[in-house]
Amino acid sequence: MQRRFTLKALTAAVALTTLSAVPAFAADTIKVGILHSLSGTMAISETVLKDTVLMAIDEINAKGGVLGKKLEPVVVDPASNWPLFAEKTKQLLTQDKVSVIFGCWTSVSRKSVLPVVEELNGLLFYPVQYEGEELSKNVFYTGAAPNQQAIPAVDYLMSKEGGAAKRWVLLGTDYVYPRTTNKILRAYLKSKGVKESDIDEKYTPFGHSDYQTIVADIKKFSAGGKTAVVSTINGDSNVPFYKELGNAGLNAKDVPVVAFSVGEEELRGVDTKPLVGHLAAWNYFQSIKNPTNTEFIKKWSDYAKAKGIAGHKDKPLTNDPMEATYIGINMWKQAVEKAKSTDVDKVIAAMAGQTFKAPSGIVSKMDEKNHHLHKSVFIGEIKADGQFNVVWKTPGPVKAKPWSPYIEGNDKKPDEPAKK
Amino acid sequence: MPKRIFQWLMIAMLLIAARAYALSADEAKSMASGESDARVAALQKAVENADARTVRFIQALADDAVKLVGEVPVMVLDGKGIDPVTQAEVSVPDTAEDVMNNNRMRGELDTALAAVKLLSPEVEVRRAAIKTLGGQVDAGKLPLLEKALASETAPDLKEKLQLLRAAAMLGSDDAAKRLEAATQLGSSAQAATKTLLVERLQVETDGGVKAALQKSLGTVEARLAWGDRLGAIFSGISLGSILLLVALGLAITYGLMGVINMAHGELMMIGAYATYTVQVLFQKYLPGAFDWYLLAALPVAFMASALVGAALERSVIRFLYGRPLETLLATWGISLMLMQLVRTIFGAQNVGVENPSWMSGGVQLLGNLSLPYNRLVIVAFAVAVLAGVWFLIEKTRLGLFVRGVTQNRPIASCMGVNTARIDTYAFALGSGIAGLAGCALSQVGNVGPDLGQGYIVDSFMVVVLGGVGQLAGTVYAAMGLGILNKFLEGWTGAVLAKIAVLVFIIIFIQKRPQGIFAMKGRSAEA
Repeated sequence: MQRRFTLKALTAAVALTTLSAVPAFAADTIKVGILHSLSGTMAISETVLKDTVLMAIDEINAKGGVLGKKLEPVVVDPASNWPLFAEKTKQLLTQDKVSVIFGCWTSVSRKSVLPVVEELNGLLFYPVQYEGEELSKNVFYTGAAPNQQAIPAVDYLMSKEGGAAKRWVLLGTDYVYPRTTNKILRAYLKSKGVKESDIDEKYTPFGHSDYQTIVADIKKFSAGGKTAVVSTINGDSNVPFYKELGNAGLNAKDVPVVAFSVGEEELRGVDTKPLVGHLAAWNYFQSIKNPTNTEFIKKWSDYAKAKGIAGHKDKPLTNDPMEATYIGINMWKQAVEKAKSTDVDKVIAAMAGQTFKAPSGIVSKMDEKNHHLHKSVFIGEIKADGQFNVVWKTPGPVKAKPWSPYIEGNDKKPDEPAKK
Repeated sequence: MPKRIFQWLMIAMLLIAARAYALSADEAKSMASGESDARVAALQKAVENADARTVRFIQALADDAVKLVGEVPVMVLDGKGIDPVTQAEVSVPDTAEDVMNNNRMRGELDTALAAVKLLSPEVEVRRAAIKTLGGQVDAGKLPLLEKALASETAPDLKEKLQLLRAAAMLGSDDAAKRLEAATQLGSSAQAATKTLLVERLQVETDGGVKAALQKSLGTVEARLAWGDRLGAIFSGISLGSILLLVALGLAITYGLMGVINMAHGELMMIGAYATYTVQVLFQKYLPGAFDWYLLAALPVAFMASALVGAALERSVIRFLYGRPLETLLATWGISLMLMQLVRTIFGAQNVGVENPSWMSGGVQLLGNLSLPYNRLVIVAFAVAVLAGVWFLIEKTRLGLFVRGVTQNRPIASCMGVNTARIDTYAFALGSGIAGLAGCALSQVGNVGPDLGQGYIVDSFMVVVLGGVGQLAGTVYAAMGLGILNKFLEGWTGAVLAKIAVLVFIIIFIQKRPQGIFAMKGRSAEA
């Protein structure tokens, strides 16, 4: 009896202290959740995004924080494990009570988080280009939709400047993002009068490393007319793929390869000399010259040096998802200041129409309705030093179409998230 | 760089003799800046009667060595700014912007240079120029090709030039000329010719020419089909040789010794990282001999993996002989530890291992069949390693002991063989061969902490399929799986091919659990 009482008292005491501690704590800080894989297969790409959020938080705090409160980062590691993404989100929202989450890279992880943020009415900023076909009230998409990356890239390759390609190889890793993107591209190419026999769709498993047959097939296919390859290969499979391309003597002048998931960070440590001239389509490149970008790169270099971030402290690189992350957190800050509250519904309302001077050189605007950014599209050719030469860009920002008009039935879907 | 300067000088001499037509500032400007269409037009005009300065300027453009100072293009050669028109040295301010060339521009520049070089006195330069031109000639190049053809002396180049001329004539307005071209092109074995014929066929109106095009297309395609078939067989052999390399070490540790070594993949990974380390050291201390780092890396990779293997055997595995389940779990745990160790030392990201320059590129066998050097080297390497292992096992005293211990441990022991030491040697040998495989893999794939994970299943597959305890079986299984995989891949795609091969192996093992070749041995009896 005595023991049980002690236990009860103890529990009560703990509960009380926690209860009283939380509001007191919350009074000085606003918690920000960071949900990026710091281990496992995706760590290569995602770790740097965690550091980008931390850098932005430092910067905001140095200027006095938001609504007079400092931001407090809560970093969790979902370890490239898709179900764990959902668990960690639940933990961030219910235990840590974060006001906003910045996170996810693969579409699989986003799909895993989605039901949790919707059920608990959380707020997620997703910074990576993706396949579209989704629109949630609780998510802001700061990466590109297909019409802000894939379609302009194909247009460029079809133009005289890009080589006037007539035949197309759609090559990807076998999962939802490449499959959906290629479905959209196939429909788009058909609408441009490309015949079914001039499109070749190919998939390889994750981590595939023997691209001999695929490259030989591309070579064979390209004998039938000017061919371009659209690559949605993800992760480190790109290295053996490009190596094989170079060795087989397929260079960018004959068969240009445009990639949607290869950026500065992915080319680190790859011998880029045989790859010169192959292309990538993004909304930002480190090589873009403008004062905002110079400042952004400098901030990142200084931060990476100060924190000793592996790789970046010697050779700082910035890329598209980092820029998208940076825009996302700054827009969120502006929205909170406009709403004068971190309440999710109020912030969502205040996000509409927010603008931010982006390192890509435009004033980026959050669409009033569809939760996607208006973005400029750039096409870059790989240079011998692993950076990109911008060879084409859209005249101005492009509005995102998350529901691609090239997928049947999408014309009836509204361009804004359903009200609950 | 001296080679390039020599080339320029040569071209310069050639062209000064031919015609002196000075490059004007306006021409230089219009080639270096503005819209691509205008630049291409200016370039084509300049090539028609190019002098040495023009050629030098085009070469600099192709090498991305031209900067724009304001609107004036300046060549930057060996760190010095040179005005293309006056050839005087000028200073290049930091604000000067690079002239940007996209793929189209680069292609045009290369074609222009090749066209000029067609008249070079050096046979090799002409050969290279003809190769660069490939099938990409239009009717505008016809006079130049005629001229080159008239002066060409080497018979094989003459033949190629004739084909080029035919390709250029295919766009002619004269149906008779087109007919001649279409007939001539039938003797080509180039994939580019097929492209040309297919494209012409779509717009051709003249019946006779159309028939000739069809006929030529047929013969060209038949010739190309051979290249495709041989290419598929070669990629099968190449995959087979990689499978053989990764499985050979396991054939000793698992096949002969019966140790289910789940850390086999990590031993390969150590070999690959040893190669990387040697590469870094060469880059730092011996940059002149960088091309040969791979040769130095071979013994290093072998020793690194062999030492780790020996340490494993001494410290863990020898206590677990005859207990397969514990061995499996222990070695699996070790594999995780090794991976984490490498992650801590080298970082979680992949490291870049460069091919030495003699391993990039390939040899052109047929018009559409080129065998990459790195694959050829790996096939040869696999054969060499196989020969070495065979010699070691069959012909040396150590091999005799290993076989003896494998077949009957107590009797071997009675004969005075130190079985414990032989176990260590054999395990170290198997591990060292895994290290060599890692060295080879670093030339075709990614080097990262989980490199081994991707190959462990494959290597067990090969050893089990070949028959445990048999080297010959391993060879047949590796080659068979390689070629089967590549043919299925060409037919069904990479994803289905992988599944189909696994299904095949499951069925095969069900029907014939002892593998292709069965052998009596310690593990076979167990």
